[in-house]
Amino acid sequence: MTTIFLRGVSKTFGDVPVIRSIDLAIGDGEFAVFVGPSGCGKSTLLRLIAGLEDATAGRIEIDGADVTDVPPAKRGLSMVFQSYALYPHMSVRGNIGFGLRMAGEPKDVIRQKVEKAAAILNLTALLDRKPRQLSGGQRQRVAIGRAIVREPKAFLFDEPLSNLDAALRVQMRLEIAQLHESLARTMIYVTHDQVEAMTLADKIVVLQAGIIEQAGTPLELYHHPVNLFVAGFIGSPKMNFFATEVGAVDPRGVTVAMPGGHQVTVPVEPGSVRPGAKVTLGVRPEHLKPGDHGDLAGEVQVAERLGGETFLYLGIPGGQMIVVQADGDNPTRVHDRIAIRIDPETCHLFDADGRAIPRLRRHPLADMRHPTSQAN
Amino acid sequence: MARAVSLRRKSLTTAAAWLFGFLIFFPILWMVLASFKTELEAFSTPPKFLFFDWTIENYGIVQERSDYLRFATNSIILAVGSTLVSLVFAVPAAWAMAFSPGKRTKDLLLWMLSTKMMPPVGALIPIYLLFRDGGLLDTRVGLIAVLFLLDLPIIVWLLYTYFKEIPGEILEASRMDGATLWREIVYVLTPMAVPGIASTVLLNIILAWNEAFWTLNLTTSDAAPLTVFIASYSSPEGLFWAKLSAASTMAIAPIMVLGWFSQRQLVRGLTFGAVK
Repeated sequence: MTTIFLRGVSKTFGDVPVIRSIDLAIGDGEFAVFVGPSGCGKSTLLRLIAGLEDATAGRIEIDGADVTDVPPAKRGLSMVFQSYALYPHMSVRGNIGFGLRMAGEPKDVIRQKVEKAAAILNLTALLDRKPRQLSGGQRQRVAIGRAIVREPKAFLFDEPLSNLDAALRVQMRLEIAQLHESLARTMIYVTHDQVEAMTLADKIVVLQAGIIEQAGTPLELYHHPVNLFVAGFIGSPKMNFFATEVGAVDPRGVTVAMPGGHQVTVPVEPGSVRPGAKVTLGVRPEHLKPGDHGDLAGEVQVAERLGGETFLYLGIPGGQMIVVQADGDNPTRVHDRIAIRIDPETCHLFDADGRAIPRLRRHPLADMRHPTSQAN
Repeated sequence: MARAVSLRRKSLTTAAAWLFGFLIFFPILWMVLASFKTELEAFSTPPKFLFFDWTIENYGIVQERSDYLRFATNSIILAVGSTLVSLVFAVPAAWAMAFSPGKRTKDLLLWMLSTKMMPPVGALIPIYLLFRDGGLLDTRVGLIAVLFLLDLPIIVWLLYTYFKEIPGEILEASRMDGATLWREIVYVLTPMAVPGIASTVLLNIILAWNEAFWTLNLTTSDAAPLTVFIASYSSPEGLFWAKLSAASTMAIAPIMVLGWFSQRQLVRGLTFGAVK
């Protein structure tokens, strides 16, 4: 049963604040993923939890105990590093067993546990090799083996897959998901890859400039981003944004004008929004439907054909470029003029400060959680 | 990217390298040759290169006049001893500077190096008086202490640059694995730094072996190393080139053999494969 609480945690390097008073709760068995652009502080936050950095202010609690000043060795956590950080002078066996050796376990117990971990990770045949004789994927497995053999309270992963090639990355992603399933331990994972975040996480924590922009389930972030940053960060290609003005407000939603003049009524809670207020409308490329007539028209500037889907880059009135995700079989060519339909249900509306105006209906999957993790 | 090198160019550069190597080696070669000449031939004009009456009588005379083994033993004890004592202090110091640097680490390193810029003779009189009053003159312990202090800055610098090459994440991994600071240094850092430590040790042994200023000034006989042994041949009776050469050859032979056999250790890299 491992819960991790951060209370007002801050970190400054010299005069530069990297983490600004973060509060966060990670539940038992939860798979939490920290995402954000480079320099947002996600790795620093992980290192603070690991104890590799000292917090400038705030408290870190693991299972209710204050560990803010406890050295990393005594926190009972395991970490998998981006560079794998294997001990180059030790065999795979020595690498996996090092933590147990440091804990003073008897030799035969170490041997047993190392072999069990190796069997789980398909490393049995490699136990006597040195790290330099292993491929990238194998090294990553050794690093994971080193983490699981100590049966830690929680696992920390610092961009573990970013040094692997694309195919291996997908495979290791699945293995990490299965590992979480079988070990049912709390895991914290740092990545800049939102596919990893969306696929692995029970809870995604989006960070920017040292603060948490939003924390929630993957689909909550996708369907109910709280601000422009999260809306733009989650989803690929990026959400399209249109600067516009509120035309009318009624209980069914807020009506805004699209570039080109069409009106769209977005089903959001009007709250304090008044006609004439400046707002931003957001629509994801996959929610725009190309056709012969619709709410918005423009000329195709670029068509990226991926086979299964096609991304059309459309020049619209006002000089803006938007992305539309069409079928792989869509015959549209560059310089064709097309129209797109907008489903108001899929639109997002943000006020002048970039905060999302809450939607009238919550998406049915937005609060779906992994069966093994517990809500907190 | 490999560059195509023509055979002609290759043989030219090889020849140039050999020539350069020979130039550097020549004084040593000349010294070894002179040690096998008679005193007369040793400074004959024109100098004789290989065609002279080879003799080993100089070695016999040198050994008869002074006890080579006693000097050599002192040299080994002083060089190895001062190096080991330095390591005990330098490894933790370099660890701290490389992996846990403070605001003034760079300044501290520079300051340490600056002590090497002072002419040692500037400190001779105070040190001599300290040694005299402390009863340390002509003792091995006293000389080891001086050589250790003398070499410490160089050793810290060398180890610091080697340690900088070691990825900090590996040490952090050992910390996550539950290693205490001491175990981190013993089980993880030191084995990874073996090539660096080995070359530092070797270099320092050579430096200490050749150190002449302090060994000449602070010893007379009991703790005198090979430098004193050589110096005794430039005596008031005049220079005996052949005997001096024989003594010098005997003095540098052990260190040359050591250097020859540790070449591989000096250039081997161990950290490959640790990261990426």
